Amino acid sequence: MVTYYKAHAVADALEVLGRKDVDARALLGGTDLLVGLDDRLDSAPGVVVDLKGLADETPLAVEDSGVRIGLTVTMADLVANPTVAAWYPALVQAAGVVGSVAIRNRATVVGNICNASPASDTAPALLVHGANVRIASADGERVVPISEFFVAPRVTTCGRGELVTAVELPRPVPGTGSAFQRLTRRWGVDLATVSVAAAVHGDGRIQLGLGAVAPTPLLVDLPAGTDLADRAVLDPVLDEALAVATPISDIRAAADYRTAMVRELAARALQAALDSTRRTQA
Amino acid sequence: MSVGTGSLVTVTATINGETRTFTVPGHRTLLDALRSELGLTGTKSSCTEGECGACTVMLDGHAVNSCLVLAAEVDGHEVVTIEGLSVDGGTDLQQAFLEHGAVQCGFCIPGQVMSAEYLLSHNPDPSVEEIRDALSGNLCRCASYNRIVEAVRQTAEKRVSTRG
Repeated sequence: MVTYYKAHAVADALEVLGRKDVDARALLGGTDLLVGLDDRLDSAPGVVVDLKGLADETPLAVEDSGVRIGLTVTMADLVANPTVAAWYPALVQAAGVVGSVAIRNRATVVGNICNASPASDTAPALLVHGANVRIASADGERVVPISEFFVAPRVTTCGRGELVTAVELPRPVPGTGSAFQRLTRRWGVDLATVSVAAAVHGDGRIQLGLGAVAPTPLLVDLPAGTDLADRAVLDPVLDEALAVATPISDIRAAADYRTAMVRELAARALQAALDSTRRTQA
Repeated sequence: MSVGTGSLVTVTATINGETRTFTVPGHRTLLDALRSELGLTGTKSSCTEGECGACTVMLDGHAVNSCLVLAAEVDGHEVVTIEGLSVDGGTDLQQAFLEHGAVQCGFCIPGQVMSAEYLLSHNPDPSVEEIRDALSGNLCRCASYNRIVEAVRQTAEKRVSTRG
């Protein structure tokens, strides 16, 4: 049997999620946790802890220094926020293609990273936006750069007795542009075959976030000052940088195809990021 | 907390404008509760994993897959199903589906209609592209897609012109 428990405060949720005598799982949008729950009651969690009623939770906070994405912020919430759209184009483009309209009305950003799918749509974008993950426990809080958050498929550094309470994004430096590119087999309701987020930062840094080409989403730095408009310059730089990608062959694509496509999507994402920089400056 | 003292949950929610109270096991989905506990079988069960959209309902005014919502989660919230759109099951949108021959086997139609009503609730005059995107989470194995899109587009035009 599954027991439904609605937590009313972070401390309350932590107490239940930390108990060793029950298999307790956090519930936000439910779009991953509830898939097939009826069919797998034998392996279902003993307690589902609903986090949508926490009195001490801040949903979406926009400040001068950046944006804080709280537990209950859905993909639809994120896409609808004009400041988020202006500061973090890659993230908004990624959140806007998750699943379907009905999925985006429920699925949360925090849930998406905690589910830790290698093909997570938001992870590559959060990586290039320099996100930090705020993790609470009975002992206090710790903040982890998202580049250190993912450990393995479906595994993060957030352990038993801990709870991710927010994802925090620093405000981009002026002149920053970003973009997201995703390859799927069909237009709606599909998982990424390959995805790439790119950010061309105003301070010269150039970064790529890669999805579905390794056991975890990856962050890759390109040499600052690389001429992104010149493919003769860019292609060898990408070949070297993308060597970290170790895609597998599965139902969605063969490894060779993913290797070829991650390079192409990276080039397109970088160009789109560059274009969005120019739009910001115009 | 009361973990282990019993996994039945009593839920009180507004369902199609009426306050309803029902008791369900913790794992019961909203989809199953609507069909089994509340007798509202217009909402269809197909993939039960958020892929097909047949179970689409409105939760607090937002289209959601009722197979991916626990019944317990809607305590204190408002749900509208296909039965809640009209008393006699004949809204202008549903009529347009019939006129365009968009209803073949009919199984996906309640979900298509709910997703289309959600689209029109926040985008009263959508383009064909926007309609296709909004309904991309609703599968129709009879492949009536073009007729469904036409029905939604025509309904939008009529509603916009009626409002003047």
